[in-house]
Amino acid sequence: MKIVIVDESPVRAAILEDGLREAGFTNVERIAEMRSLLARIYAIDPDVILIDLENPSRDILEQMFQVSRAVRRPVAMFVDQSDSASIQASVDAGVSAYIVDGLKKERIKSILDLCISRFNAFSHLQDELARAKSEIEERKTIDRAKGLLMKAKNLSEEDAYRLMRSTAMREKKKIFEIAQAIITASELFK
Amino acid sequence: MTAERETLRIGFIPLADAASLFVAVDKGFAAEEGLDVELVQEVSWSNVRDKLNIGMFDAAHLLAPITVASSLGVGHVKTPIVAPYNLAMNGNAITVSPSLHAAMAAQLDGDALDPLATARALARVVADRKAARAEPLTFGMTFPFSGHNYQLRYWMAAGGVDPDEDVRLVVLPPPYMVGSLAQGHVDGFCVGAPWNSVAVDLGVGHILHFSVELFSRCAEKSLAMRERFALEHPQVVAALLRALHRAARFVSEADPHEVAALLARPDRVGVDAQVIVRTLQGRLKVTPDGATRENARYLLLGQEGAERPDPTQAAWLYAQMARWGQAPVSPALLDAAKAVFRADLFDAALPSVAVPTPPSGDAIGAFSGPAFEDRDIAAYLSAFPIRRAP
Repeated sequence: MKIVIVDESPVRAAILEDGLREAGFTNVERIAEMRSLLARIYAIDPDVILIDLENPSRDILEQMFQVSRAVRRPVAMFVDQSDSASIQASVDAGVSAYIVDGLKKERIKSILDLCISRFNAFSHLQDELARAKSEIEERKTIDRAKGLLMKAKNLSEEDAYRLMRSTAMREKKKIFEIAQAIITASELFK
Repeated sequence: MTAERETLRIGFIPLADAASLFVAVDKGFAAEEGLDVELVQEVSWSNVRDKLNIGMFDAAHLLAPITVASSLGVGHVKTPIVAPYNLAMNGNAITVSPSLHAAMAAQLDGDALDPLATARALARVVADRKAARAEPLTFGMTFPFSGHNYQLRYWMAAGGVDPDEDVRLVVLPPPYMVGSLAQGHVDGFCVGAPWNSVAVDLGVGHILHFSVELFSRCAEKSLAMRERFALEHPQVVAALLRALHRAARFVSEADPHEVAALLARPDRVGVDAQVIVRTLQGRLKVTPDGATRENARYLLLGQEGAERPDPTQAAWLYAQMARWGQAPVSPALLDAAKAVFRADLFDAALPSVAVPTPPSGDAIGAFSGPAFEDRDIAAYLSAFPIRRAP
């Protein structure tokens, strides 16, 4: 069975590809270049197309399947008309599957389930990355504010931090927010 | 009105014809009706449709033909959708590359503003290319179930070009349209604002026709919601319709520059306000050398009662699906299509809105072919020599 992954994110596509291979689907190809999408898909002639939901080229595939219905072969999208839970889960996860008819329903289901779990894993990874990044940014802001306080009030590093922490507690704010306020204020006083 | 604020998630595609939605939120009309509306920008019509169908959106800015297709179960999962408000009528244009424009001009026998004359010129260009064994011309449109698709097809076929046999029609996301024309991947396209103007401004396209020159009234975008949602939340629907009506009035009465500034925001349409002003005024630059053409009916938002859904419009869209083999011809499907455009919900929410009767002839006002009437779709379609069905 031939599977095509249409995804501009190489990391997510790789995660998906690995999962499919592990599950025994060895004939997997990735298309990242959207301009030649239709030509590539016709050339590969896949049984299943998995596309990132936020890819504007989804509309192009809709037409392809419209045309296929008339001239090539019938097509089913997602799993089954009645299986709205699967549709919901795949839309939630950010993946959409276009599946050519004639495949066993169980096989389609297993591909889609795998996609959903891999896509969820990817967005989880992304969230963690974003969180780690913002923690680093916060740390930098706090250090900068600390430096400003040390210079302005002639404090030790420890005292400067303590001052920010006690202000944060008193004002029921995060230290990061106090640090931001210090930086903003110091820029205004320049 | 309920004491508590109702929260609504509404999906949209960044296009000028979603103006009433943007204005309803940004000018506070929705909030004054007790609605807390979150507008969510989307990248594809398939996404808007799917997220509406499975309940991730309460309502959506949707291509009018998709509301009919979804309700009939044509092309995708069947979900009953209702369209109680018409966000826009007309508003598209057909643009061709400079080289196709020149080839058509050389073959033109008549007025360049007459769609029948240009369609016949296109037929001669297509015949010449066939004789020379050149690749068929390729045209872009935005979705299989779209006014753009049906407008292009109707126009071509009127001149004797079979849109499935003689040319290639491809779907392109609107933001890719201009680039594809510039790189020669397509020879022309039919799309909404602002993409035709963008092509002209860059010198890569000539606007051939405004869609209003082909059809005097054509339902373009609907406010769509699941039938079940409309049934369970009649007050919310009515409140939203009232907010949209105020917004549509604001758009047609306020200074277009103020409206354009709202639409230009990156989280709305995200293009230059000047281009949007031209769209709202219906005054478009049509050739790269600066010639302009004006039509006050280029894009109808609230004017002429365009906001009230007209079941005859839904019937016409269904007739196009039948003509091009997307849907079978059946009286039951016709009735189901007409039931999607819920004028009754509109009237219930806005009983005092006077809706003028269409200026001339039938509800559609096509430039060629018989006047549309929805009693017998098969008989109507039999008047067109080029068609897939029945």
